[in-house]
Amino acid sequence: MTGGFGRRLRKEDARFVRGQGCYVDDVQLPGMLHGAVLRSPHPHARILSIDTLAAEAHPRVRAVITGETLAARNLAWMPTLSGDTQAVLATDKVRFQGQEVAFVVAEDRYSARDALELIDVEYEPLPAVIDARRALDPGAPLIRDDLSHQADNHIFDWESGDAARAQAVFADAEVTVIQDMLYPRVHPAPLETCGAVAAFDQVSGKLTVWATTQAPHAHRVLYAMVTGLPEHKIRVISPDIGGGFGNKVPIYPGYLCAVVGSVITGKPVKWMEDRSENLMSTSFARDFHMRGELAASRDGRIRAVRVRVLADHGAFNGTAQPSKFPAGFFGVFTGSYDLEAAHCQVTGVYTNKAPGGVAYSCSFRVTEAVYLIERLVDMLAYELRLDPAELRMRNLLRPEQFPYTCQTGWVYDSGDYPRTLKLALEIAGYDDLRKEQEAERAAGHLMGIGVSFFTEAVGAGPRKHMDILGFGMADGAELRIHPTGTAVLRISVQTQGQGHETTFAQIVAEELGVSPDDVEVVHGDTDVTPFGLGTYGSRSTPVSGAATAMVARKVRERARIVAAAMLEVDPDDLAWEPGRWFVRGDPDVGRTIAEIALAAHSDLELPPGVEGHLDATCVYNPPNLTYPCGAYVCVVDVDPGTGKVSVRRFIAVDDCGVRINPMIVEGQVHGGLADGIGMALMEVVAFDQEGNCLGGSFMDYLLPTSLECPAWELGETVTPSPHHPFGAKGVGESATVGSPPAVVNAVIDALRPYGVRHADMPLTPAQVWRAIQGRPLRTDLAIGPEDRLAP
Amino acid sequence: MRVTVTVNGAEYAREVEPRLLLIHFIRDELGLTGSHWGCDTSNCGACIVWLDGKPVKSCTLLAAMADGRALRTVEGLATSGRLDPVQQGFIECHGLQCGFCTPGMLMTARWLLDRNPDPDEAEIREAISGQICRCTGYENIVRSIRWAAEHSTGHPLETE
Repeated sequence: MTGGFGRRLRKEDARFVRGQGCYVDDVQLPGMLHGAVLRSPHPHARILSIDTLAAEAHPRVRAVITGETLAARNLAWMPTLSGDTQAVLATDKVRFQGQEVAFVVAEDRYSARDALELIDVEYEPLPAVIDARRALDPGAPLIRDDLSHQADNHIFDWESGDAARAQAVFADAEVTVIQDMLYPRVHPAPLETCGAVAAFDQVSGKLTVWATTQAPHAHRVLYAMVTGLPEHKIRVISPDIGGGFGNKVPIYPGYLCAVVGSVITGKPVKWMEDRSENLMSTSFARDFHMRGELAASRDGRIRAVRVRVLADHGAFNGTAQPSKFPAGFFGVFTGSYDLEAAHCQVTGVYTNKAPGGVAYSCSFRVTEAVYLIERLVDMLAYELRLDPAELRMRNLLRPEQFPYTCQTGWVYDSGDYPRTLKLALEIAGYDDLRKEQEAERAAGHLMGIGVSFFTEAVGAGPRKHMDILGFGMADGAELRIHPTGTAVLRISVQTQGQGHETTFAQIVAEELGVSPDDVEVVHGDTDVTPFGLGTYGSRSTPVSGAATAMVARKVRERARIVAAAMLEVDPDDLAWEPGRWFVRGDPDVGRTIAEIALAAHSDLELPPGVEGHLDATCVYNPPNLTYPCGAYVCVVDVDPGTGKVSVRRFIAVDDCGVRINPMIVEGQVHGGLADGIGMALMEVVAFDQEGNCLGGSFMDYLLPTSLECPAWELGETVTPSPHHPFGAKGVGESATVGSPPAVVNAVIDALRPYGVRHADMPLTPAQVWRAIQGRPLRTDLAIGPEDRLAP
Repeated sequence: MRVTVTVNGAEYAREVEPRLLLIHFIRDELGLTGSHWGCDTSNCGACIVWLDGKPVKSCTLLAAMADGRALRTVEGLATSGRLDPVQQGFIECHGLQCGFCTPGMLMTARWLLDRNPDPDEAEIREAISGQICRCTGYENIVRSIRWAAEHSTGHPLETE
């Protein structure tokens, strides 16, 4: 079979359904030791002393590592992906509950945990900054007194758009809406927690790290920078990864502790965090406090949007995002509409909470941007007494406006937004739904219909604008064609469930006209794959997929030269059909890729331009981002007595450009829709007034199950990206980005009889019930006296 | 203490600490790493195995509690080199992505179908509602189990 694109079962499933995957915790090495991390119980406290003697005396303990141990090796602090520093093990203070304080290496897991209890740390508790809105108050406790330039808890100010122009539009707007809204702190919570096995070979000086990482090459560079080990002596292996969603991009202190533990003991050291450690200390997402405003004309023309954001980054600025974008790609908050003006200002602050902010399939904060604009558009519809779908249809960009430069300068590549929205409304039976809703309301039932339309900016990115720690956001691909015509593709990105072993083979198959079964995809091992920045921000297909297509095209052109020598014709006289070069005008005379590959390795006298095989390498530098879009409709029923929301239907029409494998695309969308229901209705990492994390287990951090999720109803439109080699745009995060506002809009729509304008996520039964009473609450903090009274 | 268990038909005996969790016994002592550890609190179900024919969350049982009893894990689903229909169903219907929850889902699915060979969507959703999948949004898992129900007899992949 030849040809690549289309529905195709996954290669990787054969091992997974047999229980034969190899995740980090499945790695067993001879003599391997186990590490465990001692964590701070306080959100903010000075460390007065750490006594490790009792732990060291434990018969099965091999080493106890503290910040002091690390400081002696200049490893107590490490750089973050945002150019800040983060404590590996605390030396001076602890700055969030759950922060790493000491690391025990023992002969088994349980003994390592036992020994943590034997470490005596004396703390002097300090006042903590828990509420981000108080972080910049005069006299607020200074969190980062380790930084000499830091006199307060301010991290950055960043703005985008034209403040004056926005002000002018707002000044003469017929209608404006304004709303404070919180995108609460949530957590990607991949089912596999984070962990590593570090094995330092004292003879060769080589360090091998099996790690739960979405970006193995970036990790290798950072290990080299931090540890001082030469980079060629570091090998990072990212084996099977049990979900990532952005949680597995940063380097966590536990990884480095495992490395140091292995260097000190001369044995491999495994460290796997438990679920509470994952939820309390690794990269959270969002925590954006937004005040958004929309200006419009009375006939429903949206004219301008502006927003003021307070971003809670936790105790260290550890977000993983392009260096020049401290608020990620929030700049696309102009959404899918043709506006006259836009302006945003984002302020990032430190708080005594775990570091992070960019994760959970957020497309570098496009999630927050889409939520903001899509909630505001619904409020405007409410204000104008217009149907929210109709209001969107009137304002969506038209197909002829692409490429479209939005008010903040982003160049949207392609789309047919009205067609996409129309299809979603058709699948939903939108007009009938509205009639049904009228009848339901008359009968006293709370039925809600929510619409959202999103534009994403993914596939980072053009290297003149986008880098992480100075590394341009490119990805590499290497393609080898064996003498018998089968192929090995080596790529720099890392699947966490997306099915790269299948889809990337399909790309090569599509380009070369061979069977995907004949293409082996190698990834997740820095010793054998080309450099690249990894998988996050929906960038695998837009960047590495493009590299794969381009490297296959290089091979194809090389094959042309060899085929011409074989057929004794000029290369220009050859034409391509899938799998084969043939003589123009004489289609029977030609050579297949397999025949050409064999000849390229044979005694055939090779022409200039071919050295002896067909193999090629490629680095792809994307000329622009890609801009997937989608239209979602959510139908909910709300129980007015309990506030419980049930999602009755969810319709999702995605346009991610050309689809390599529709089955996998649908799977990506399904997963993101479940995320959206979770975030809108269930998930939040909240804190109490003392800074205790209230989302530290799956009993408190609630994730959607099969019962909260409906049967998804999907549709598709295909608008190819004009600049991507095969027109793909990426889809890994679309549904996570697009679905929360649809769910929230549906719930608020259901609550319309009560005059509810807005309530922050998660819309738990308690929050919905409060909203019905006219008193929705802050969801990021446990209820305090002032919140109880706040409107 | 000494724990003797039958796992997928083979008998194993090990000296273990009384506090050893069953999931760690299966994974670390027996080397059967198909069953996963995901949450510690019985919420996610990545650790589900059968104990005397019934699915249990092995992160909240002690190995000692399995002494003298029979376990079945994902490694014991395929027999004679042939996949169980639930395994084939997950492949056919894209019922897995990262694969981490999959072994637990498969064990529940097989248990369900053994008792209810023709479950409807609601029954399937109920059966897997004590488990968490972060990738699939559940629908393809439901479809996969339906596929297995529809291919449970006479299919070439049927377990013998």
